[in-house]
Amino acid sequence: MADTYARLELRDISKRFPGVLANDNVSLTVMPGEIHALLGENGAGKSTLVKMIYGIMAPDSGQILWDGQAVRIQNPKAARKLGIGMVFQHFSLFEAMTVLENIALGLDTKVSRAALEVEILKVMNTYGLTLDPKRIVSTLSVGERQRIEIVRALLLNPKLLIMDEPTSVLTPQEVGQLFETLRKLAAQGCSILYISHKLHEIIALCETATILRGGKLIATCDPRKETPRKLAEMMIGANLKEISKVAGRTFGDVKFAVRNLTLPKIGDFGTALNEIEFEVKAGEIFGIAGVAGNGQNELLEALGGEVLAHSNDAISIAGAGVGKCGPTERRAFGLGAVPEERNGHAAVSDFSLQDNAVLTARNRMNMVSAQLIDPSASNAFSQKVIMSFGVKAQGTKATAGSLSGGNLQKYIMGREILQNPVVLVVSQPTWGVDAGAAAAIRQAIVDLAAKGSAMVIISQDLDELLELCDTLSVINLGKLSKPLKVGEVSVEEIGLLMGGIHGEVQHAH
Amino acid sequence: MTMDFIISAIVTVVGISTPILLAATGELVVEKSGVLNLGVEGMMLIGAITGFAVTFTTFNPWLGVIAAAAAGAAVSMVFGVLVLSLGSNQVATGLALAILGIGLSTLIGAGFTGMIVPQFSSIFPSVLSHDPFWRVIFGYSPMVYIALAIIFAVGWVLNYTRAGLVLRAVGENDLSAHSIGYSVIGIRYMAIAFGGAMAGIAGSYFSMVITPMWAERMTAGRGWIALALVVFAGWKAGRLVIGAYLFGALMTLELYAKASGFQFLPSQFWASMPYIMAIVVLAVISYRDRTGSEAPACLGKPFLPNS
Repeated sequence: MADTYARLELRDISKRFPGVLANDNVSLTVMPGEIHALLGENGAGKSTLVKMIYGIMAPDSGQILWDGQAVRIQNPKAARKLGIGMVFQHFSLFEAMTVLENIALGLDTKVSRAALEVEILKVMNTYGLTLDPKRIVSTLSVGERQRIEIVRALLLNPKLLIMDEPTSVLTPQEVGQLFETLRKLAAQGCSILYISHKLHEIIALCETATILRGGKLIATCDPRKETPRKLAEMMIGANLKEISKVAGRTFGDVKFAVRNLTLPKIGDFGTALNEIEFEVKAGEIFGIAGVAGNGQNELLEALGGEVLAHSNDAISIAGAGVGKCGPTERRAFGLGAVPEERNGHAAVSDFSLQDNAVLTARNRMNMVSAQLIDPSASNAFSQKVIMSFGVKAQGTKATAGSLSGGNLQKYIMGREILQNPVVLVVSQPTWGVDAGAAAAIRQAIVDLAAKGSAMVIISQDLDELLELCDTLSVINLGKLSKPLKVGEVSVEEIGLLMGGIHGEVQHAH
Repeated sequence: MTMDFIISAIVTVVGISTPILLAATGELVVEKSGVLNLGVEGMMLIGAITGFAVTFTTFNPWLGVIAAAAAGAAVSMVFGVLVLSLGSNQVATGLALAILGIGLSTLIGAGFTGMIVPQFSSIFPSVLSHDPFWRVIFGYSPMVYIALAIIFAVGWVLNYTRAGLVLRAVGENDLSAHSIGYSVIGIRYMAIAFGGAMAGIAGSYFSMVITPMWAERMTAGRGWIALALVVFAGWKAGRLVIGAYLFGALMTLELYAKASGFQFLPSQFWASMPYIMAIVVLAVISYRDRTGSEAPACLGKPFLPNS
């Protein structure tokens, strides 16, 4: 290999923020055409490292070598000029603009609208990514938004593609397709730096893995020779707890029943809900799988009471019809709901954790008397959530927005779980959450079910659903499939039910 | 209603709407970049006195307009530094700018009260500009045509060019624009300077076109109307033109009511119409479009690139 330089080499990169050393002498090497995994928990310094490669930040010390030449990457434009493309975890998208405009913003060369559209369609066809370039981003699901980022990066013909958690919202077939794409890219000499928490994906895809913990380089290894468990333990620096689920559990009475729930679509790009029917017994974990944008958000809003059903009987909690009750009334009946968006939907990011607790727990946890908030009660409850769920936060007065995604998710889950709901509806419980926090959240879901709550988990992460759920249905185009017993159904079957985006069924090979 | 009356009404409406249109066009660009500059009224007054003073000294109204634009842009940079580089509150700083402009223009203008400046001559032959019919198209000050050209250019740039796309992106999601590699602060400085220049020109229209004289606070709150107009137009250039003429028509009503000795309602009622309309229009719009999704998402939020 004397004749080839590494595509990218980092030598002893350090970066300090006030009070924390985000990267401490990190080195890594990515060869041309190599698929290299970057592993680590939230806060391990992966994002910081990647931001320095992409020119968003400058390292305090250390060297970046590109094709053997020492370079200083001043800004993302310079990075793109070198041939570095990036797919962000927190999407850098503009909500009020079209897909086409969003993609145009990520390009540095002037391309006419028509020419760009042709190019986009070409990339989408080559890599099997479906998108309508004229749609406004705010009407798209999380999964579709991610596709914009991927197409945007691929249009630049990058020599190094950085992907931050790219598969979280794809069907198994789509993941397979993406991997084919990535392997094709790698075979053409494009290096890929792949950040993911899905360890078995890394094992399937990557040739090398660099593991970070607390800003330090822990190990560089060949993931194909490791087990997911081993990798996870290197990442968190401790033994990983396996989710313990009591075998042969029996369920109680039906606690949550949805009958013939039909709702028209809201807005031009919403999804109508079409005769949704299912029931969940006490102690049962019911999963709803599906590709983003098939009615999951609408279903969560309908179940949580943000959108009312046409009759009271459409939704019932422990036998009581609540279809026409709003969220507060449904909470009084024992419903808890955790939407997908943490900031802005599940929590107010500028509010303290304590105030966020008041928002959903005030009645069930007696935080209000004579219309006045009892701060000691909300503080105590909030403290309890932080303690029992191991939330890393600067106390109950910290704003929700100051917490990392995983920690805020733990807090929100804890806030609902500690209210002992009769029914808990959760959407995407571990989206963008690291392995340690995800395991804790999943365990909490299992534990709550064991105590007799009925659980509804809406998720695009099929592995998660298969691990957690007793029963599973697939939502596609606003229609829910028949319930399937987990353990009796194959991943391929579920994948086929999930179809493609907006019902384009993909055929298994 | 004779043809003559209709034509003279149109000529008056177009003339009176022009400064509002100019100022609102500048503010549209500023707000599209995500900055709320409430100091339009102050920048207009600075433009009005500067344009007047320079024309008075040089006898060249074109130099006056250029100076007014430069002065508006310069005073807007005070706002820019405070808001963008020092991260101060945009609403409070904008209000301070409005007050500063009123005070500063009064101070500078103290020596110019009662003076008269030469006006623009028509750019068309007087056969057209004074023709009883064709003056509806050719009978305006050159500034009217310039204002229309600018608003169409701004509309085109915002919607069809890359520069406009980037500007809207900065106003829509500053952090994303930053992470893609655009200079949020730099783009906003340029937008604020453009807004200041436009407000300056709008102000000079009062002291050089509407009347060739300087008077304290002569913009009479039109800067505030321009702010309301941007919201009324839903941050769209095309609707801005329609809205400006609508407000102009309301202001013209006052003039006609006074001139015709119309006693049925006091003239103060007509004078208050544009301001009442501004409130009504805003209320109607916010009712119709409760999501407020037309506003740039980052409007008024300071940009603080943290990590």
